[in-house]
Amino acid sequence: MAGSIVVAAASRIHARWAATALALALCACSRPQDQLTFWAMGRESEVVAELLPEFERTHPGVHVSLQQLPWTGAHAKLLTAFVAGATPDVAQLGNTWIAELAELHALEPLGPRVQHSAAVPPSDYFNGIWDTNLIDGVLCGVPWYVDTRLLFYRTDLLKQAGFDAPPENWTQWRQTLAAIKRRVGPDRYSILLPLNEFEPLTALALQQPEPLLREGGGRGNFESAGFRKALGFYVEMFDRGWAPLVSEAQISNVWDEFGRGYFAYYISGPWNIGEFRRRLPPERSHDWMTAPLPGPDGPGASIAGGSSLVIFAGSRHKAQAWQLIEYLSRPEVQERFRALTGDLPPRRSVWALKALAADPYARAFRQQLERARPAPKVPEWEHIEDELRLVGERAVTGQITVEQAARELDRRVDAILEKRRWMLARRSSESARARRGGPG
Amino acid sequence: MRPGLAGWCFAGPALAVMGVFFAVPVAAAFMLSLTDFDIYAIADPSNLRLVGLRNYFQLLGTALFWKALGNTLYFVVVGVPLSIAVSLATAVLLDSELARFKGAFRTALFAPVVTTVVAVAVVWRNLFHARYGWINHALGAIGIGPIDWLGDPHWSMPAIILFAVWKNFGINMIIFVAALQAIPRELYEAARIEGAGAAQQFRHVTLPLLGPTLLMVAVVTMAGYFQLFAEPYVMTQGGPLQSTVSVLYLMYEDGFKWWSLGLASAVAFALFALMLASTALLLRAARGKVAALGGA
Repeated sequence: MAGSIVVAAASRIHARWAATALALALCACSRPQDQLTFWAMGRESEVVAELLPEFERTHPGVHVSLQQLPWTGAHAKLLTAFVAGATPDVAQLGNTWIAELAELHALEPLGPRVQHSAAVPPSDYFNGIWDTNLIDGVLCGVPWYVDTRLLFYRTDLLKQAGFDAPPENWTQWRQTLAAIKRRVGPDRYSILLPLNEFEPLTALALQQPEPLLREGGGRGNFESAGFRKALGFYVEMFDRGWAPLVSEAQISNVWDEFGRGYFAYYISGPWNIGEFRRRLPPERSHDWMTAPLPGPDGPGASIAGGSSLVIFAGSRHKAQAWQLIEYLSRPEVQERFRALTGDLPPRRSVWALKALAADPYARAFRQQLERARPAPKVPEWEHIEDELRLVGERAVTGQITVEQAARELDRRVDAILEKRRWMLARRSSESARARRGGPG
Repeated sequence: MRPGLAGWCFAGPALAVMGVFFAVPVAAAFMLSLTDFDIYAIADPSNLRLVGLRNYFQLLGTALFWKALGNTLYFVVVGVPLSIAVSLATAVLLDSELARFKGAFRTALFAPVVTTVVAVAVVWRNLFHARYGWINHALGAIGIGPIDWLGDPHWSMPAIILFAVWKNFGINMIIFVAALQAIPRELYEAARIEGAGAAQQFRHVTLPLLGPTLLMVAVVTMAGYFQLFAEPYVMTQGGPLQSTVSVLYLMYEDGFKWWSLGLASAVAFALFALMLASTALLLRAARGKVAALGGA
């Protein structure tokens, strides 16, 4: 039985490679010349199917074959497809995966195409979001929709605690957190920061001036004053009883709990605008609002998540693939996509359209997106984020101090980045050799 | 045709299948565990480094590996005896002459085995809910304060064990029922005539005659419990504070989340060695027991 694990681990890899290679071989002989394969994930993949007929109508001769992937399997599928040489022409890519696929040289640089295109003006995109697609200065994708995190809050609870407006900086935030906790007593809380989520702590860390990694992404920078300040504030919210020590599994239904007033603040993303509208009881429907994330000294930064559209380097229909990206980036198409999914558009001109401009809950997101900051763009970032969450959890449960947590994080992250440091060193010695050899 | 050749001809197809689907992948996985195969090596094979046993040493130096090992052993040491005890107890009850509606009970008790882990884990997650769960309501009724089953690192593993035992005891129960039915009734009759009570009958008739079945059940159950994965994956994602990270869960994260396939292969071989050693120990202990009985 033990052997079967090993076999499963090994044969799964081989079987997948073989299967994708076979699939490629079969496709290659039956695929018509102008068939464009497009991989999309999750809910977006279902919705984009409704937008494609219009593209095919306006681009005669191009047929888009859409493949829908579940988010959980998408990452492995993209990597195996790359190994087997069976990548699609166009794909939706979570923007934390771009660095990884760029490292594989799997993505087509899009800079020249953007330069010669009137349909994708970089200045119309939120800077932080656009930046997530720039890997070492090379544009590898075009933002499709964006995700950032900010405050959802109960206006009535804040008012009862004596505040008419949401906080704008950490000092005001602390005052409201303490005042709410005083009012609601021991069984209810001021803020929900689920222990299984890394986003709240990451957002607080991104508000600091210091980068999270140093030496070109070769080492962690978590012992910096800024990160220790962010972690200190995060831990303080638990220490003072403002936030409960719970993970999502123990909450079971955040919308019910928000309606019941179990917590007054919740750091979450755009999809929850729709969820709260749908799920809160009618008598609570006017008791909530969104607000930009407070920063140390005024409105602060937050994460720059979301998905981009990319063209794979192995594509043989790059011109048509770019046409599809241009089509999906059109303001009116993005507005339709937003109406269908609730996903927020990355272009300022779409936000100026009536539907979004009139939505009071979206307003805070509009402001927050101007301050969205990309996370370090290294392939290991998702692993580092997970360590951030785990060490953060140990710090808030009082097992280690903030100082120890910062040191431990740097130690773990340096270990994760060992291979990257080796690669960077090799690359720089190679280029030094090339320089020496060049002129002589 | 020489008999030797004929033998090879008959065994050949099976050996070939085993070679292709077992020996070769295992050898390949072992080779993989001696490299630092990762995302960079996928990009360019020249980024692959042969690291010898470094992955294994790195594992031994990783606190999380020892924690995962400790969690897995906790699960095995508590879960396996508990699971076997529950299976045996229900089997004895079902086998009793006093039991009515045996078929219905047998089906009901076996039902958890044929349910889907993921689906029932979601149900159990709600049963374990600290504030709304039925388990805490029931405990509250007899005066026991609420337990944060899945949120307290001391209670998360007991919760997982409870769930796993409930999910798995049925299959062993059926095996025990079959074994119990094979024990001749005359032996009990003779024991009764000699004045043995119910407890003595169980100790001196039932248990010795169940010996081989017990051993088989113990080996299979232990091998299964060492491979703890789906329960924490669905119920806790390894948390809280990594108190439910098992060795297999660690392997999954290293290999299929962080794509460090070299390290993940090393984890797999470490688990393999552990299971091999435990099974050998169990068999040796059982043989010693049989020898002792034979000597007595």
